[in-house]
Amino acid sequence: MSDNNDNQNTQRMLLSGDEAVAHAAINANVALGTGYPGTPSTEIIETFNQLGGRAEWSPNEKVAFEVALGAAFAGARALVTMKHVGLNVAADPLFTAAYTGVGGGMVVVSADDPGMASSQNEQDNRYYARAAGVPMLEPADSQEAYDFTLRAFELSEQFGTLVLLRMTTRSCHSKTVVTVRTGEPQRSARLHYERDVASRVMIPANARPAHRRLRQRMDEITAFAETCDLNVVYTGDGRTPTLGIVTSGVSYMHALEAAPHAGFLKLGLTWPLAIEKIRAFATSVDRCVVIEEGEDLLAGDLRAAGLNVESKETIFSFGELTVDRARRILRGDRSPEPTPQKSKPPQLCKGCPHRAAFEILRRLGCIVAGDIGCYTLGVLPPFEAMDTCVCMGASIGVGLGMRHVLPDDEAKKVVSVIGDSTFVHSGLTGLVEMVYNPPPTGHVVLVLDNGTTAMTGFQEHPGTGRRMDHTRVRRLSFEDIARSAGVERVEVVDPQADKADFERALAEALSSGKLCMIVARRPCLLAAARVRKQQIKEGRHAE
Amino acid sequence: MQNSDIANDAVSVVIAGLGGQGVVKASDILSDAAFEAGLDVKKSEIHGMSQRGGAVTSDVRFGRRVLSPMVPHGQAGFLVALASDQLEPNRWLLREDGLAIGPGEVDVAMLPSARCLNVAILGVLSTHLAIDEDCWRQAIEANLPLAVRPANMQAFEIGRRAGDHSRTRQGDIEK
Repeated sequence: MSDNNDNQNTQRMLLSGDEAVAHAAINANVALGTGYPGTPSTEIIETFNQLGGRAEWSPNEKVAFEVALGAAFAGARALVTMKHVGLNVAADPLFTAAYTGVGGGMVVVSADDPGMASSQNEQDNRYYARAAGVPMLEPADSQEAYDFTLRAFELSEQFGTLVLLRMTTRSCHSKTVVTVRTGEPQRSARLHYERDVASRVMIPANARPAHRRLRQRMDEITAFAETCDLNVVYTGDGRTPTLGIVTSGVSYMHALEAAPHAGFLKLGLTWPLAIEKIRAFATSVDRCVVIEEGEDLLAGDLRAAGLNVESKETIFSFGELTVDRARRILRGDRSPEPTPQKSKPPQLCKGCPHRAAFEILRRLGCIVAGDIGCYTLGVLPPFEAMDTCVCMGASIGVGLGMRHVLPDDEAKKVVSVIGDSTFVHSGLTGLVEMVYNPPPTGHVVLVLDNGTTAMTGFQEHPGTGRRMDHTRVRRLSFEDIARSAGVERVEVVDPQADKADFERALAEALSSGKLCMIVARRPCLLAAARVRKQQIKEGRHAE
Repeated sequence: MQNSDIANDAVSVVIAGLGGQGVVKASDILSDAAFEAGLDVKKSEIHGMSQRGGAVTSDVRFGRRVLSPMVPHGQAGFLVALASDQLEPNRWLLREDGLAIGPGEVDVAMLPSARCLNVAILGVLSTHLAIDEDCWRQAIEANLPLAVRPANMQAFEIGRRAGDHSRTRQGDIEK
């Protein structure tokens, strides 16, 4: 916790993991930061922007990834951030970018949500490093989030591959003490595009050798992993411990608190595995236990390599790991865990314009194909007016599928309900599908346009007419897009000012048998106050 | 390397309340105060869905060295509840000899604004912690805009006096 290192100016700060990544990105001279908002990753790009970094929200994670990849192809350092399910959206470029490699360093942050504090699943994105063939770093606290981001850019350039930085809800949102470097980042040299068709144009003739290069590169990184200081052995009191624990990320903190006298092999570079280093550690102790959050992934890999390690019971694969759970794993305790009292669930705010929408959907007896956002809360009492919610944009496709197969009297009740930011993210292709393959009973897409990405903390998107930093830009018009795509009935209503008109519009659309879009436009109460502030600021500048 | 000096002497505080009550702000102030005092600090809470009026808790731990950012069950030295109905659901987090501080400890009518309740209750908590008053003041300044600082400083003082008063009374009873 020293305030000064030898040659560098440093500052002691209390930062979240997200903020720490942003500070490191500034220090690493990242030329462009991109992303799509998603808890728990959102604050990385926002902080990077506030610290003076050039940053943007993209329409979705795939586009954000591709923009970052282009910057890295051009020789610049690029950072792209997303939540775990966002990496599914960006998986297409991820797998082939693993073949192409990068020019400038590229770091992809995957922020996982074990325990699903704010997500539709708790998928374990450590699988992506294995599946795509790219290295993965996992920080345990904000200091490591800072240090590992810097290291990730170095590794990316050293080995010519993008690097996955996997964080979790706890490493993203916990604030811990960090020593950061201060002072101006070095100025980057003028960039120039170096043509490299064999590496960058993935036609089969180029991709076949690229696949071999990828495997060779991973072998080189494996050799690096065996000796690098990202994977560290800690021995309890200096004597050879009888209990050894292999772990990574925030699980290390839980396990260390649960068993302070054990020996630890803490993996920072969690893919590719330093298998010989782990083997040496495992054989040096009487009992070796793998403590990992999420799937039984590391333990499975170690057993496949012939190591004799213990791992957790399946019951601990659901939800977050904790100190209590680490103790139970070490004791082999399978007894029922204490369950917290049910806490008060979240709800739509008083005065939220979505409230009227769900009241009316319920009253009209609609079958609601829902989507991801604040409005997913329409499933809870008192509304209970949502029937499906799967992933970003799924409302439109799922609604169309139902319309295609249900008998007419039921099909006519199906409505796809999607928010403004979600519509831009992945509703556009669904809309095109609706016009291309219209169900016999027509269909109704209801866009709940509250003028912000509310759920993740009021981020801008193309439909708000403002960029990440709230400066004005041309606004994407949902109704113009629908009309030009060939949607037959397009109507804009205010769901709060005139509820009767909103109900009329929806009832007419449902009985019309046509392809319809209703845009229910009314700003989110909480976002509207922020927009007003911004307008006042702009007014002052104009004067 | 050695796991030297792993002290489990960290102070663990759980702050509980409802979305909009300033739970996260209170935990920011507490963790900044401990940070200003030169201690190791970890603070953790869940963002996202819980912002929409639901129950929110935030864990703050500080000491010579803090490991897990989350307070293990039954190990909180202090449970600070900004809403009285959030005391019981979170009591299981409290250590046997831990202290629960509820909104009833402060007379809300005395506060410059009901919105300062979170800072007033931190005032009560502060009388139980070895963190300098200066560190608290710096933390409050760092976390609140200029316009509301005087009201919150006043609320903190009111909470501090309430805390001192109840501690004295407890002392009397023990004697």
